[in-house]
Amino acid sequence: MNEYAIKVEGLTKRFGDFTAVDAITFNVSKGEIFGFLGANGAGKTTAMRMLIGLSKPTEGTGYVAGFDIRTEAEKIKKGIGYMSQKFSLYNDLTVKENIRFYGGIYGLSKKQITKKTTEIMEELGLFEVAKKPVAALPLGWKQRLAFAVSMVHDPEIVFLDEPTGGVDPHVRRQFWETIYQQADAGRTIFVTTHYMDEAEYCDRVSIMVAGKVEALDSPDNLKNQYDSETMDEVFLKLAR
Amino acid sequence: MKILAYLIQKEFTQIFRNKALLPMMTILPIVQLIVLSNAASNEVKNVNIVIVDKDHSEQSRLLTRKVMANDRFSLVSAPYNKEDAMETMQKNDADIILEIPQNFERSFLKGERPQLQILVNAINGQQATVGVGYLNSIIGRFNAELMSDIKRPIVNKNAQIQIASRNWYNPEIEYTHFMAPGILAELTALLTIILSAMNIVREREIGTIEQINVTPIKKWQFILGKLVPFLCVGLVLLTVGLIASKLIFDIPIRGNIGIIFIYGIVNLVAVLGLGLLISNFANTQQQAIFVAFFFILIFVLMCGLFTPIDSMPKWAQYFTLPNPLAHFISVSRKVLMKGSGLADIKMEFLYTFLLAIVFNSLAIWSYKKQS
Repeated sequence: MNEYAIKVEGLTKRFGDFTAVDAITFNVSKGEIFGFLGANGAGKTTAMRMLIGLSKPTEGTGYVAGFDIRTEAEKIKKGIGYMSQKFSLYNDLTVKENIRFYGGIYGLSKKQITKKTTEIMEELGLFEVAKKPVAALPLGWKQRLAFAVSMVHDPEIVFLDEPTGGVDPHVRRQFWETIYQQADAGRTIFVTTHYMDEAEYCDRVSIMVAGKVEALDSPDNLKNQYDSETMDEVFLKLAR
Repeated sequence: MKILAYLIQKEFTQIFRNKALLPMMTILPIVQLIVLSNAASNEVKNVNIVIVDKDHSEQSRLLTRKVMANDRFSLVSAPYNKEDAMETMQKNDADIILEIPQNFERSFLKGERPQLQILVNAINGQQATVGVGYLNSIIGRFNAELMSDIKRPIVNKNAQIQIASRNWYNPEIEYTHFMAPGILAELTALLTIILSAMNIVREREIGTIEQINVTPIKKWQFILGKLVPFLCVGLVLLTVGLIASKLIFDIPIRGNIGIIFIYGIVNLVAVLGLGLLISNFANTQQQAIFVAFFFILIFVLMCGLFTPIDSMPKWAQYFTLPNPLAHFISVSRKVLMKGSGLADIKMEFLYTFLLAIVFNSLAIWSYKKQS
C-alpha cells in the first residue's frame, strides 16, 4: 500500500437510482501526474470528491495518503491539497490575507505562514499586488495563486479539478510548468481536465465514460492501443 | 484555538472591508430604532367624534363642550340626525358617534335616567375601546357635576368610591420608554439572525466553503468562527442602541446595565445559533432569507412587543417560550424600567440558555463536511 499515493477498488457512488461512479478501480503512484479524463457528467468530479473526503462512497474502498476514505477522511485532509473548479479564494481578501487564512486553518505557525507567503509571492511575482483584493487579479494569476494556496501546508497529494478552465494557452502552459515542478519535488498530482493536449502532459491518464473507467495507461500506450494520432482521437473513440 | 483565531480574524477583515455592510449594521438599525420607537405607539391620541344633539338644551350643549374641551377628541361634525352621522362613520371619518336624545335635559331633571347612545366604529378595535373609555369618563364626570349642581342627592355621595391610580415604573406613561428597549432588542436579534444565516450560505454560493471542508478544521471551530464575530457585531449594535435610546428618548436605566449585556450575550448566541442552523439547510441566500423571515415574523409578532403575551391564547403563550426575542424584550424592559436584578430574570436566563445550547448543537450537528 505504501508505494501508492492513491489506491481505489470498486469505488461506487449512487444518488438514488443514478449511479454516478460505477465501481472504479485504479492506483496512483507517488510522484505521478495522474490525468483523470472524461466528458462532462462522466463522474470525474464525484469520484474526486470521494477521494478528498467531501463525499461518502456508497460502495468500495479507497486509500488516500495511506488513510481510509470511509473512516479517516479528516486525517486524509491533512495530507492533501485541493483546488476546485470554482475559484475558491476570498475575493475580498488580499493575496497575503488569503495565504494567511488558509495557512492558519491548516495549523501552520506564524513563522511558517510568513515564510510561505514570501515564497508564494516570489514564485508568482505578486509583490506589487500583495495588498490588493484578489478580485482585482487577472484570472490566470488567480488560478496560479489558488494552486499555490492549495499547497500551503505541503501536502503529499494535490487534487486539481479542471484547474485551467477559461484561461489562455500561455497561462495554461505556465500552469503546467508549475505542476511539473511540484511533481519533480515529489508531490503526487491528480488532475481532471477537458483539454486533451493537457492529457499528453500526464504520466498516466484514465478515461471515464458514464461512471466507469474505460481506459487507463500512459498517453503513448493509449494512442497505440486505440490506433490514434492524438489523445483527442482516443477520447472520441472511447466516448462515442 | 489558534485555528479559531484565524477564522475570526478573517471574518472581521471581511466585515470591515465590506463598505455596504458596515453602515447597514450600525446606521440603519439606529434609524429604525428612532422611527419605530416614536411611531409604534398604542396610545390613542386623536379620536374623531360626531355628536348628534337632538335635545339642543343647555345641558346637552354643556356636554358637547366638555367633550370638545378634551384634546383627545376632535369634533368632526354635529349633524341633526343620525343618518348623517352614520354616513360620516361609513366614510371612516368618525370613530365614535355620541347621540344625545330628545328631552335629555328634561328627563334628567325629572329624575328619569335618560340614556345616551355611543356608536363605535370598531374596525380599529384599539381606537374604539380606548375612545369609549375616554368618553365614558368624561360623561361620568359630567354626570357627577350635574348631580351636585342641581343638588339632587339621588346617589349617596359618601358611597362613591374614589380611585386614585399611580403608574409605577413609568410614571408619565412615556410610550417611548416602553417601546425603545423592546425595539432595540428586536433589531439586535433581527440583524444578527440575518447576518449569520446569510454568511455561510454566501460561502456556499461562492464555493469557498468547499475549500474549507477539505481542510482538517473541526466542525465546532468553523461554527464558533462564524459565531464570535457576529456576536461582537450584535453587542456593538446593542451598545450603540442603548446610548442612542438614552440620548434621544432619555429611557430610564434603573437596573444594572451589565445584566443587559450578560443576558444579551446569551441571547445573541441563541439567535446566531438559529441563523447558522438555517444556513446549513439553505443552498442559496434567497432560501436562507425566506426561512429566516419565517422565523423573524413569528418572533416579532409573538414577542410581546406590540401585543402583550398575557393577552394571547394559552397555546400561543407556550409558543413564546422558544422565542428568544420574547425573553430579550422581557429582560430589557424589566432591567431598564423596573431595575430588576439577576434573580428576577432567572427564568428568561434559563430558557435562553437552553435555546442557545439547542440551536448551536443542532447547527454544529447539521453542518456537514461530507455529503
